[in-house]
Amino acid sequence: MQIGTAKHSYRADEALLTTRPQRLWMALFALSLCAAPFLLDNYWLYLACLVAINVASATGLNILTGYTGLVSLGQAAFMAVGAYTVGWMQLNLPTPFLLNLLAGGFTAALVGLVVGLPSLRVKGLYLAIATIAASFILHFVFVNWESVTNGNSGLTLTPATFLGTPLTDYSQLYFVFVPITALMVLGAANLFRTRIGRAFIAIRDRDISAEVLGISLLRTKLMSFAISSFYAGVAGGMWAYFFRVVTPESFPFVYSIFFLAAIIVGGMGTILGAILGAVFMTLVPELLRFGIDWLTPVLPNAAAMLSPVRTIVFGLLIVGFLIFEPKGLAEIVQRTRRYFHLWPFKK
Amino acid sequence: MSDLLFFTEVTLAGLGSGALLALTALAFVLIYKATRVINLAVGEMLMLGGYLFFAFAAGLGLPAFAAIPLAVAGGGLVGAIVERGLIRPMLGENPISVFMVTIGLGSVLVGLVELVWGTDPRALPAFMGTTPVFIGEAYVSRKIAIAFVVAAVVIAVFLTLFRFWRGGVALRATATDQAAAYSCGINVPGVFSLAWIVGCGTAAGAGVLLGSIGGISPAMGVFGLSALVVVIVGGLDSVAGALVGGLVIGLIEAWAGTYLGGEYKLVTTFGLLLVALMIRPYGLFGTTEIERL
Repeated sequence: MQIGTAKHSYRADEALLTTRPQRLWMALFALSLCAAPFLLDNYWLYLACLVAINVASATGLNILTGYTGLVSLGQAAFMAVGAYTVGWMQLNLPTPFLLNLLAGGFTAALVGLVVGLPSLRVKGLYLAIATIAASFILHFVFVNWESVTNGNSGLTLTPATFLGTPLTDYSQLYFVFVPITALMVLGAANLFRTRIGRAFIAIRDRDISAEVLGISLLRTKLMSFAISSFYAGVAGGMWAYFFRVVTPESFPFVYSIFFLAAIIVGGMGTILGAILGAVFMTLVPELLRFGIDWLTPVLPNAAAMLSPVRTIVFGLLIVGFLIFEPKGLAEIVQRTRRYFHLWPFKK
Repeated sequence: MSDLLFFTEVTLAGLGSGALLALTALAFVLIYKATRVINLAVGEMLMLGGYLFFAFAAGLGLPAFAAIPLAVAGGGLVGAIVERGLIRPMLGENPISVFMVTIGLGSVLVGLVELVWGTDPRALPAFMGTTPVFIGEAYVSRKIAIAFVVAAVVIAVFLTLFRFWRGGVALRATATDQAAAYSCGINVPGVFSLAWIVGCGTAAGAGVLLGSIGGISPAMGVFGLSALVVVIVGGLDSVAGALVGGLVIGLIEAWAGTYLGGEYKLVTTFGLLLVALMIRPYGLFGTTEIERL
């Protein structure tokens, strides 16, 4: 129903941004991302970095679960693999931190390949449970492989250095994390304009049909696992540089559920969905904290209620979105856009 | 010979916890058979059962014989509410969405329990006595022995009901073919409700037993993960699989926990799960699903 968007080539049809308002909005968004560190205080910068990390990982899970249809409850464990790799390299090798992040990604991708192997025989919920099993086994490895992971006390990292300056400030880290995340999201968006990405979608929609069409299920599913774990590994590496301590308890099982919840709330199988979902799910607990702070004068034990209330709201968000808005926040955005497209005609 | 005696004792304890696992797995299987929903909140229902018993027995001071049925009924009531309120609207949706709904539900239940009772672990009021039981020379904790007997009796009752009671037959018919069952006059939505009520009630009962052995805490829902391994190894829709799987996993956990160390317990269980998935993807006794285009 859009006017003036006649396309003359397939290239134009497949472009990421098709209309001028979209380009304008995107430019504004990029500009505000650049300006943010100069306007926000330290606390909000901290949150922005955390959001960037979670967006990167949620985008990775979205490739696997939203686009390929393979449910994984091991995303946090893959992040842990990346974080441990980065931590170990930072402490033992003189390599630059960008290389460490890449290495973290590739190690996680290797582990992802192994964890993805059961996907050849099982799918759906059985696969989800296999990834649960894998994440508990990885946790066991982190606790017991003491020569590398230092057991329960974990690794304490030195700050990443860029051109001789240690990156300790949140604003410095912001300028590292946000471009990396932006690149990763851009990569994911472009992935689905290529043959591999289209093959992922074909597998999600009906794997047997995809196989009949000549897509190798084995190779494509494993590739999806590897790419998704690569994203998780890089995100985990950023996490390691951000908190600078990595323990087996840093990436609990709940964190995996958090990412699945993020892409459900945001909208599975859309690039925008993973971003919105990760932002939303990271900020809601903070909003709750403000709410509780505000209630403290009225309710004396409000502070003690914070953690249970967060758990309840977390669950309610998952349940509520699945029942009332199964396509997530991205669908709300689309609906708003449609409303304005049709605005003067449809009342 | 004391090594053998020790081994026997460990084995008996393993069988005891295996019976509890089997009971919890039965709750999984019951709900899965009737509604094709993997209810990951079973672990949390278990926890809720333990806390309800705590509320009735310690809070209101009711005797155990009144508090236990109340806790089971409370679990059943929550099951009915969940089925009507959350699962029925999701009918026909992608199984993974429904699975995620139960994960969300588990989170809500944990939060509610923490809100009402706090996060500290608590001990349930003792109602089983402490005199140890001896089988031959081997020592068995009285609680574990009682839990084993209760679980065995409940499972036997279930098996009888499945075979002879109208409702049990209706459940099996629904599991085989919903449309056919419906056209034979079986109230299929009623069977859905029934399965959730009985399943959640069973889980709550298992929670009382488990809580009286090891105390209750909001984190005890992790037990549900072990039970999940049991149903995957045994087959999601197989009652026999739940029983055999429960006992086997209970034994292996006990042996691994004693001879390798406590931290090996979960890892052995999950390693076993992965092996089982690779060799028999639909479980030892599960129905193989055949896909056609």
